[in-house]
Amino acid sequence: MNIGVCLKVVPASDTAIKVAGPDAGIDDDAVNSWVINPYDEFALEEAVQLKEANKASNVTVFTIGGKKIEKQMREALAKGADAAVRLEDSAFDGSDSLGVARILAAAAKAEGVDLLFFGKQAIDGDNAQVPAMVAELMGWPQVLVVDKLEVEGGSIKAWRDAGSGSKEVVESPVPAVISTDKGLNEPRYSNLRAIMMAKRKKIAVKGAGDLGLDAGQVGSAGAYVKLSNWGMPPARPAGRMLDGEPAQQVKELVSLLRNEAKVL
Amino acid sequence: MGNGILVICEHDGGSFKKTAFELLGKANDLASGNVSALVVGAADGASLGAHGASKVYTVAGDGFGGNDVASMVAAVQAAIAAADPAVVLASASPQAKAYLPRLAARLGLGLGAECTDLRAEGGAIVGRRPMYAGKAFADVNISSSPAIFTVRPNSFPVTAGAGGAAEVVDVAAAAPELVARIVGREDASSSVADLTEADRIVSGGRSVKSAENYDSVIRPLAASIGATPGASRAAVDAGYAPHSHQVGQTGKVVNPSLYVAMGISGAIQHLAGMRTSRVIVAVNTDAEAAIFQHATYGIVGDLFAVGPLLQQELEALD
Ligand SMILES: Cc1cc2nc3c(=O)[nH]c(=O)nc-3n(C[C@H](O)[C@H](O)[C@H](O)COP(=O)(O)OP(=O)(O)OC[C@H]3O[C@@H](n4cnc5c(N)ncnc54)[C@H](O)[C@@H]3O)c2cc1C
Ligand SMILES: Nc1ncnc2c1ncn2[C@@H]1O[C@H](COP(=O)(O)O)[C@@H](O)[C@H]1O
Repeated sequence: MNIGVCLKVVPASDTAIKVAGPDAGIDDDAVNSWVINPYDEFALEEAVQLKEANKASNVTVFTIGGKKIEKQMREALAKGADAAVRLEDSAFDGSDSLGVARILAAAAKAEGVDLLFFGKQAIDGDNAQVPAMVAELMGWPQVLVVDKLEVEGGSIKAWRDAGSGSKEVVESPVPAVISTDKGLNEPRYSNLRAIMMAKRKKIAVKGAGDLGLDAGQVGSAGAYVKLSNWGMPPARPAGRMLDGEPAQQVKELVSLLRNEAKVL
Repeated sequence: MGNGILVICEHDGGSFKKTAFELLGKANDLASGNVSALVVGAADGASLGAHGASKVYTVAGDGFGGNDVASMVAAVQAAIAAADPAVVLASASPQAKAYLPRLAARLGLGLGAECTDLRAEGGAIVGRRPMYAGKAFADVNISSSPAIFTVRPNSFPVTAGAGGAAEVVDVAAAAPELVARIVGREDASSSVADLTEADRIVSGGRSVKSAENYDSVIRPLAASIGATPGASRAAVDAGYAPHSHQVGQTGKVVNPSLYVAMGISGAIQHLAGMRTSRVIVAVNTDAEAAIFQHATYGIVGDLFAVGPLLQQELEALD
């Protein structure tokens, strides 16, 4: 079985974000740390563990982006991925989620992937769209937000969050799309030796032409969703500190919640 | 080119979720009356007239009303064909996140996720949403027809309905053969709303110190106002609460009217999950804790002293 893992490189969760201009999105150069999307780490770890358990023969990671994301791709290779495909083309710029899904689906098809892992969402946009879109484009079933997984021969059994703390158990044949949640596993750290070894692994680069993608279906040409009018979060009114003894503070708080904020 | 707004109204075994009423109310403001609803599975669709739906499309019968994705895609696809709307609105619920992207890919439609506001502009509906965990905001413009938006729960007030019973239109849809099957459900014994939909949340942090304290201080405090209990990652990692309770960047993104943070420092990854809450209350022994910069009301104090007093006071409310 061939496993694919789609990784997105995103600003680290603790980095400051600066808006570059109303229609320019964020200032990439002001982001001090770019990392593999935290949820994608669970996807990668699960894939590598399946390979280590001899349930998969090959793990390939797919990422869309320019040369500079090869640093994070090398990290994925150091953590146990066998191969990496970087997807870059000026025609890809400005893709919406559907455009991204079209690129990733074409790339996964070209590599003959049977089981395709994603993070449950990328923490830049929190869209949670790409995995299900890819599943539809491939004509495959999907199991999303998985925190426990069993793979046996040609089928999978997965536990997923169904809200309010309850779990849904889903069975599906392979090929399939899976998106991963925290709790599925403990992602490993890469060590220096593995990083050195990973330098020998090759990162393939592919564009629209290599994948047979119509340039009008991806990038800003194919995007139905466009973001504009970027700005800072709306200012919150200044807060109020409540003084006095605990009993007094609590009385005042409840009165404010009821009469001023009107939430009780 | 369609017209009007179709609102996907979710329900739990027949009782409509609050988000359904929020979205119908907002849709009415935006489309001045040209609003229809979609109900999948058995529920009293006609009653949605009181919340402003003039027509209610229902897809019911064998194979519909469960939680499986392929059936929901088929149902919404059939409803779009019947209603021909310009805009489809849905709650950014776990269910919608599973079927709407599939539908958008099937029909080649734009899907704008996680909006916290919507407005009418130049004959179109434009969304506004947090990006980068609320560190920035942007407008969401969609050029397909219909355009699909998902909206975070608790983004709009529920307005008292004035309309009468809505016209109900049954839509025929073929239930697809399922490839992925739901074979079981492991239910938690919880009766409160999921964190992502909760209108009130009380969360505890590392300083709660033990699972026993979480159960004896945080849970009862939450229960006193029908709130869903939440936790910081530090509390989850220490085993005080299960991961399903985690709020934040690698937990749940929540949007309640009231968020109470008990002994939580306000790390950026925690804020990422709750900063859009309408009212934030923070209780922390450290007057310099970052959470106070985001709090509507702050109490510098010990959660073990303030928590039980607050619970008493809340239980005494009528
Ligand atoms: C990639 C990544 C993802 C992350 N995702 C998340 C996430 O999803 N959610 C999340 O919450 N965190 C997340 N974190 C962790 C985050 O950085 C913080 O470590 C975490 O939120 C701290 O939790 P805390 O506030 O409970 O603990 P602390 O930061 O230790 O704060 C404890 C607070 O309790 C106060 N205190 C102590 N005793 C008392 C008392 N008796 N009464 C009242 N107050 C008291 C202290 O003054 C302090 O402010 C993530 C981190 C990373 C790197
Ligand atoms: N540009 C990208 N390159 C590779 N994988 C991606 C990209 N965008 C999204 N993904 C994958 O899709 C998941 C969900 O992303 P999203 O739908 O954007 O929240 C991510 O966790 C990744 O696994």
